[in-house]
Amino acid sequence: MKQFITGNHAVAMAVRLCKPQVVAAYPITPATPIYEKLSDWDAAGELEGIMMRVESEHSAMAACFSASLAGARTFTATSSQGLALMHEVLHYAAGCRTAVVMACVNRIMAVPWGFWSDQTDTLSQRDTGWIQLYCEDNQEALDTTIQAFRLAEEVLLPVMVVLEANFISHFMEPVDVPDQNLVDRFLPEPALPQRFDIDNPGFVAATVNQKQYFEFRRISQEAMIYALEALERIDEDFSNAFGRGYGLMESVHCEDAELVLLTTATITSTARVALEKLRKKGHRVGLLKLRVFRPFPTAALRSVLDNVPRIAVIERNLSLGREGIFCSEAKAGITNISRHPQIQGYLAGIGGTNVSPRLIEQIAMHAMSLERVQDEPIWMMEE
Amino acid sequence: MNQSQDQICDVLRSGHSACPGCGVAIGMRMVLSALGNRAVVVLVPSCVSVIAGMYPYSALNVPIHHAPFEAAAAAASGIVNAFKMLGKEDIPILSFAGDGGTFDIGLQSLSGAADRNENFIYVCMDNEAYMNTGIQVSSATPQYAWTGTTPLGKPRRKKNIMDIMAAHSIPYAATASIGFPDDLTNKIQKAKEIRGTRFLHVLSPCNTGWKLPEDLSPKIARLSVETNVFPLFEIEEEGRSYVINYPSKGLPVEKYLMIQGRYKHLTSQQIKEIQLETDYNWTMLQKKAAK
Repeated sequence: MKQFITGNHAVAMAVRLCKPQVVAAYPITPATPIYEKLSDWDAAGELEGIMMRVESEHSAMAACFSASLAGARTFTATSSQGLALMHEVLHYAAGCRTAVVMACVNRIMAVPWGFWSDQTDTLSQRDTGWIQLYCEDNQEALDTTIQAFRLAEEVLLPVMVVLEANFISHFMEPVDVPDQNLVDRFLPEPALPQRFDIDNPGFVAATVNQKQYFEFRRISQEAMIYALEALERIDEDFSNAFGRGYGLMESVHCEDAELVLLTTATITSTARVALEKLRKKGHRVGLLKLRVFRPFPTAALRSVLDNVPRIAVIERNLSLGREGIFCSEAKAGITNISRHPQIQGYLAGIGGTNVSPRLIEQIAMHAMSLERVQDEPIWMMEE
Repeated sequence: MNQSQDQICDVLRSGHSACPGCGVAIGMRMVLSALGNRAVVVLVPSCVSVIAGMYPYSALNVPIHHAPFEAAAAAASGIVNAFKMLGKEDIPILSFAGDGGTFDIGLQSLSGAADRNENFIYVCMDNEAYMNTGIQVSSATPQYAWTGTTPLGKPRRKKNIMDIMAAHSIPYAATASIGFPDDLTNKIQKAKEIRGTRFLHVLSPCNTGWKLPEDLSPKIARLSVETNVFPLFEIEEEGRSYVINYPSKGLPVEKYLMIQGRYKHLTSQQIKEIQLETDYNWTMLQKKAAK
């Protein structure tokens, strides 16, 4: 059934449909409405699991990953400072091979203080061992949340479902909310390993020696790489069941493109509009939307960009002292293409500033007009 | 002791990696044997987690969760609620943390869990400093005690964790000592029968950090009670009812202090101050218990 709802509401709907057994949360703008929605349903007796109203994000993640180790399906939501506070426990959740699902609403990291969209908060959790999926709109936020539970529980790695502050979290869009029985068919009952078994006691997260650590990291890496094919298959199943799919990435008009705009999240939907205009004007521009950031889909990226001479990465995040993080990742991803395509990074939308179709057109024209790309990112903001 | 030697060894096995004579290991053994092995134990980085051993071995014959340092109570809460949903509510969850993991870095998550009255037993194995990292001061270190980061003695008094826990209106809080095994065992067994957050504060002397001979942990623990430095009491009825479990022997604190190398620098004035402080605390406790 189509409903006109915010992205936060869509995520909460998905969570209710997936029936987590333990939800532990702590309020933070702009993720709070997810927590509030779930609390409303909890109060109305419509939530199957237990809601833990904990005293910090650190404790929320500690409770979630511990509950997941016990064998429960778990969920939490956070943003920005809250995510940063969780950082230590994110490593635990991944290292212990738990299946925690978390919605992360991108918000600028202080300081300066603010509530605006910026992806640096989630991207700086890159090396924690979490799968990260970036959503373009409210529908994708709902769908990705459902997929995330199945993915996390199959590969035993925690998953972040990432949506942008305001543009997704608080903007309303028509969203198709699937029927419970369809979701039940897609997502089996949790069958997680129950790690605290009194008949077979073990020591979870014990101290290891150097060689053991080496081997555990190797196993986790294998699981991460496997997660790519698992996600592709799960997305295909999802598409068969619900009529919508997203893949690892989506390419539009890339086959004959002289320039490909590489985007993530909400900049993608705006870029779709710009792309149409550019094509109408006769410019051979394509669009590549990245959906999964960790594990990084190197092979898929290369297969799209193999014959593309130039790429412009447009992004709402920054690794200070370097460039946009997706730009660095894309550069690394194509480095083994023998015919080195050129990549230009553009910082657009930093601080939650508006990225309009016109700004994206400007970026495309600029990227095509450059004689040579430069190493430094180019800052773009509408007047 | 109430239980046979066999049962005791079943839960904390030989081959653990505590220092010789370690008060924490003695305390863990008492707590775990009173709890029984049909339970789940949460540990945080501390002497307790070191004592439990290294992968792939475990000195404890119960499932162990090694949780983040500051999150013993939050991790335990997560397991408690998962177990509730999985129909395993009858399995008790017990969380061990040191004084650093309780008084300092773990106080927030403990406070949160106690406020929600999560259904688990929390045992603070207090050895009065960060012993695992090599004797650094914590807020549980007593006044004037030497540590590696208070070479002249700690300037401030020990934090009163029991009153903090009482202020959370939890159903049960108690102090216990490895010098009084029966009392400690009874308290764990009593706590096991209560629902909600139950807190035990166990003084566990550290031979290394307190600069004690290896055979003196139980004796010094007894003296801590007999000098009223660490009285044995229980708090029930959601923080409203205090019961003293061991009457005052009124031994002078000097008897307790002067065996310990960490106090060897004390002046007679400082000993007098500690005596006055101890007397004051004992009087206040008696007043609370008299209500």
